[in-house]
Amino acid sequence: MAKRALHGVTCEIIENEVLALIGPSGCGKSTFLRCLNRMNDTIDICRVEGRITLDGQDIHHRDLDVVQLRARVGMVFQKPNPFPKSIYDNIAYGPRIHGLCSGTDEMDSVVHRSLERAGLWTEVKDRLKEPGTGLSGGQQQRLCIARAIAVSPEVILMDEPCSALDPIATAHIEELIDELRENFTIVIVTHNMQQAARVSQKTAFFHLGNLVEHNLTGELFTNPKDERTQGYITGRYG
Amino acid sequence: MSAGVLLALVLLIALSGYFVGRARSLKVAGGAIADLHSLPSYYGLYIALWVGVPCVFLVLIWLFLEPIIVEALVLTNIPGYDAMTGAERQLSLATIRNLAAGIGRSDTVAPDMLVAAERYTGLLSASAWMLFAAGMALAAGTLAVTYRHIAPRMRARNRVERIIRFLLVLCSIIAILTTVGIVLSLLFESLRFFARVPPTEFLFGLQWSPQTALRADQAGSSGAFGMIPLFAGTMLIGAIAMLVAVPIGLTAAIYLSDYAPPAVRATVKPIMEILAGIPTVVYGFFAILTVAPVVRDLGLLLGVDASANSALAAGVVMGIMIVPFVSSLSDDVINAVPQAMREGSYGLGATKSETIRLVILPAALPGIVGAVLLAVSRAIGETMIVVMAAGLGANLTVNPFQAVTTVTVQIATLLVGDQEFDSPKTLSVFALGLVLFTVTLCLNIVALRVVRKYREKYE
Repeated sequence: MAKRALHGVTCEIIENEVLALIGPSGCGKSTFLRCLNRMNDTIDICRVEGRITLDGQDIHHRDLDVVQLRARVGMVFQKPNPFPKSIYDNIAYGPRIHGLCSGTDEMDSVVHRSLERAGLWTEVKDRLKEPGTGLSGGQQQRLCIARAIAVSPEVILMDEPCSALDPIATAHIEELIDELRENFTIVIVTHNMQQAARVSQKTAFFHLGNLVEHNLTGELFTNPKDERTQGYITGRYG
Repeated sequence: MSAGVLLALVLLIALSGYFVGRARSLKVAGGAIADLHSLPSYYGLYIALWVGVPCVFLVLIWLFLEPIIVEALVLTNIPGYDAMTGAERQLSLATIRNLAAGIGRSDTVAPDMLVAAERYTGLLSASAWMLFAAGMALAAGTLAVTYRHIAPRMRARNRVERIIRFLLVLCSIIAILTTVGIVLSLLFESLRFFARVPPTEFLFGLQWSPQTALRADQAGSSGAFGMIPLFAGTMLIGAIAMLVAVPIGLTAAIYLSDYAPPAVRATVKPIMEILAGIPTVVYGFFAILTVAPVVRDLGLLLGVDASANSALAAGVVMGIMIVPFVSSLSDDVINAVPQAMREGSYGLGATKSETIRLVILPAALPGIVGAVLLAVSRAIGETMIVVMAAGLGANLTVNPFQAVTTVTVQIATLLVGDQEFDSPKTLSVFALGLVLFTVTLCLNIVALRVVRKYREKYE
């Protein structure tokens, strides 16, 4: 019997802001994130109720193609998962399947731009033909971010993007998130509250499938309204 | 006393040695296992292995040497041995063996032979007793020595592991030596064949008709040993089989791994694997009774020269036979591609088919090539279907509606029944086997290189 993971979550995500989702393991924050680009569709037994809108458009509407939705709402996963292809082909994968580029020159410039924005260009510009799986963990994750950027999405969902990385690589990614905010809306799941405080403007605290508190990051961390939030951020449980 | 009884006894001693060793180790440790270097069972195993393994080797070596020594002893004592030719010696040895077994005793048998036969029986039973005594002495000796070795600081685990590693190495050496032996025997018998038929004629000849006249006055063909028609037939049928098996098998694997609901997959996969369990003979008569007539009618309909037996019928049925190999192995390989790859692709807005074509299949390619290769070697080595459905005539043709024959079919037909092993007709079998072996070996090497070059590694 399948279990209900989320209960009546209502949450607004503002353009060009970073929203951090925090909460103890199993509280439903990843499930919520995966609802936003209908990634849960790939799980056979999963059922989603309610309404999620992107620019006022219901993402579960019959007229909306899930493939187009995912091109607008990109995703970066917990574990870096570059394709077993060259660095170049990893980036070019999205633009190719969506027919975004008409020629090699255009594709070259998209790859260049994406890698540059992900802060990876100087490190890999001489080895674009080498496999993406040969990079270090932090580089792989930035490659995955570059891959998501290359499709020019509006929203980027990040599911604990730094949990497999060391502090230096984490700092890289956090800087990157801050820069990307200019052009993208970002939702990030994290277990690291310092990280949430550093990178986000808004923070949402989930507990047992409920959205307990959703507020400006500074406000939520310094002056939590709910005692469960208070308990979690002071480390009493979770 | 037979070697079997000895082995059973040694096994028993080894087993009791295990318990004795365990008990002994506990006793020398004063009951405290923590004082022992290894767990008590390792001390037991140490004794058991030292008792069992050398005895097994003793028996094997003894059984290998016994006939050689006994026969030499018996033969050299026969009067006139020095004057005998090799064949005569073999003959007298056979007579002696028969007499010893109680066959062919009569008044006409030379008394020398009877004496020799008795001597033969005596030597054999003496040898058996000696083996028994030696085996028991060895077992008892190793038991006593190893028993006295047991002490708390004795590193029984390390020693046991060393013995086990020795046994592992030995087993792999046996596997390698067997292969080497088979290849060498193929090679030497082929050399005997090539002494009669020049290699150039065999490798490049376009005629294959191995029937030769047995006597000078007999009518018969002179024999032609050009392997090209057989090789071409093998390739033709193999190619047809792969054309059938790879598309069907691969698409089935893709459906099973990425599209089919779990319930469908759970039922369809075992059913496909049943297909792999059907005996090839059954496929063979399915090919000749059902498929061949259809193929012939089709050929006639198309206006091609079609015969009752055809490469197409055999190839198609063989293709069906290897579908489960391709599909089952490819399915496993495709499933082994991490789910993270699929999610990464979906997350970029790729459809299912784009994900499979552009991410999953390239990542699974090495395994798929491996599966196809296994199928190819099955196809090349398959005999039964081809014997039944493709015919025996060695035609050099690329018309799939014509009867062709393959290397394996010729090997089978040449060796059916009683054959003398000094005519080129039978010896050609070894040369054909050698060619077949070389071809599959080359295929494997090429495929390995292809796989290594194009493999896309995933973590």
